[in-house]
Amino acid sequence: MSTTRTDLTTAAGAKAPRRRRRRSNFTKKDRAVLFGLVGLPTVLHVLFVWVPAILTVFLSFTFWDGIGGVKNIHWAGFQNYHQIFTLYDAFPKALRNNALWLGFFAFVPTPLGILLAYFIDKNLKGSKFYQTAFYLPMVLSLAVTGIVWDYVFRTNGLVNSLLGNTNSETAISWFGDPHKNIWVVLGIASWRHIGYVMLLYLAGMKAVDPSLHEAAGIDGASDWYTFRRVVFPSLRPVNVIIIVVTVIDSLRAFDLVFIINRGRNGLELLGVLVYENIFGESSRIGWGAALATMLFLMSIIPIMVYLYQTFRADD
Amino acid sequence: MVTGKKTALAHSITTVFLTIFGALWLVPILWTMYQSLRPYGEVLKYGSFSIAKTINFQNYYTALVQSEMWRYFINAVVVALPAVLLTLFLASMVAFVVSRYSFAFNIPLLMLFTAGNLLPAQLVFIPLYRMYLAIPVPHFINENGVLYDTQLGLILIHVAFQMGFATFVLSNYMKTIPKEISESALVDGASVWVHYSRIMLPLLRPALASLGVLMTTWIYNDFFWSVALLKTGNKRPITAALNNLQGEFFKDYNLLAAGATLAFIPTLIVFFALRRQFVAGLTLGSTKG
Repeated sequence: MSTTRTDLTTAAGAKAPRRRRRRSNFTKKDRAVLFGLVGLPTVLHVLFVWVPAILTVFLSFTFWDGIGGVKNIHWAGFQNYHQIFTLYDAFPKALRNNALWLGFFAFVPTPLGILLAYFIDKNLKGSKFYQTAFYLPMVLSLAVTGIVWDYVFRTNGLVNSLLGNTNSETAISWFGDPHKNIWVVLGIASWRHIGYVMLLYLAGMKAVDPSLHEAAGIDGASDWYTFRRVVFPSLRPVNVIIIVVTVIDSLRAFDLVFIINRGRNGLELLGVLVYENIFGESSRIGWGAALATMLFLMSIIPIMVYLYQTFRADD
Repeated sequence: MVTGKKTALAHSITTVFLTIFGALWLVPILWTMYQSLRPYGEVLKYGSFSIAKTINFQNYYTALVQSEMWRYFINAVVVALPAVLLTLFLASMVAFVVSRYSFAFNIPLLMLFTAGNLLPAQLVFIPLYRMYLAIPVPHFINENGVLYDTQLGLILIHVAFQMGFATFVLSNYMKTIPKEISESALVDGASVWVHYSRIMLPLLRPALASLGVLMTTWIYNDFFWSVALLKTGNKRPITAALNNLQGEFFKDYNLLAAGATLAFIPTLIVFFALRRQFVAGLTLGSTKG
């Protein structure tokens, strides 16, 4: 990246006197324009994203029913966290489901996406068609995805029809059975995730130096061996991004379970619990904020990894 | 000869594998579309897994006209169009400064934007919801006089969030534009504003197009923010409105199938018409340009 930097002066770390000289080249109007160009978007972003995020962390240490004004906020210390860990039945379920989501995503759709990219990259007949098919779910919203798959898994849906029992009493209830529904949802979420992994991978593979392929080919290595030993390691940046995307998506999961059954009865997720604590029957801002803060703490690691990976070369 | 056989075998394995997966990918969509073309009464009688005796667009007509679904499409446009344009405009401004000038804040600022885009929405929305209830707006925007439950509020949060991603992508793209172009502009005595608006902005067009397609799809597909920040069902864009329609149509699943199909058709059209831009947008953001 450092080679593609196109700054007009030397790197950002230039000595202070140099910078001062540089800045003095700006007219007053230029300086005002620069200030506006950076300032306006930054204020909007910070005010609507970062300020609320930090306030949430603060609120997680308070009691607030959300009905009274800001005056009704009382300091709570770690009590919200303590209560969530000891009293909140849905919390361990949500935690387990989020962990399951992450584990499943890491071991099933992500490798499958990579495998599909490997197959598509061979450019066999019809691979354009398959590629389009795999990309399709990415343009569907998760809400639509939930509805579309409902037609497949509902009591009288496609799967039960194929299994030969669509009786509302005895047929398998794929979304209603708390032991089955999370797996069905994970399958549906994968349907969407695989295409994205594949897309990232195909783009990465196109960028791999073809001479690496040729060299391996001359050495008599098989396609699969070349992929595993040559292409895969050279795609380390893409791999890191895929890991980050997988972790963040697993933590952010919300829409799909919300549209299926509002995240109840086996489909509890941290993201839904936050929502339920704010808009549900009992408005417990403190609990919602504490849950959101936990989500935040868990997202910090992948976010840092992503930033490190992305900006490392620039420094 | 042996290797030839081996390749042939590998090819057929690949084909079988791709065919199975390809079917898995298309069947749910096609199945829903099939249900949407059938009257509910017939499905009730023969089951959903049956050969249709009647195929028509009655459900589409009912959903769009009688249930007034068209309103939600207008809502979607009213939200997505300004949100995307504003995001691209603001993001291109920041990207321009951090990629064309050497300020000490460049990298930290880019990091702030990029990290902000990756934060979970749930972390942001509790105080944001209270803020929206407290921020006054003129009564012609919202009769309750606050930002909550307005499409303007929804637009603002989309812009604030998506800007993080767009800034990152655009600054990467801008770094690939030769610096000689900027240098010659400066020699000619161009001001910062002219440098941005007349020289760099036109060069950004391909990246803006890709990002625009991608972000339109994302904002169109948004569910969380629309549900959380718009209380009035009639104000919600189509994707979030599906939540209400699900309740309203739940007695008639074939009608809901038509509703869902109507909701995703625009994104399919965009995808097929502008696939290159869509894919380019996604790749621009992940791997460095």
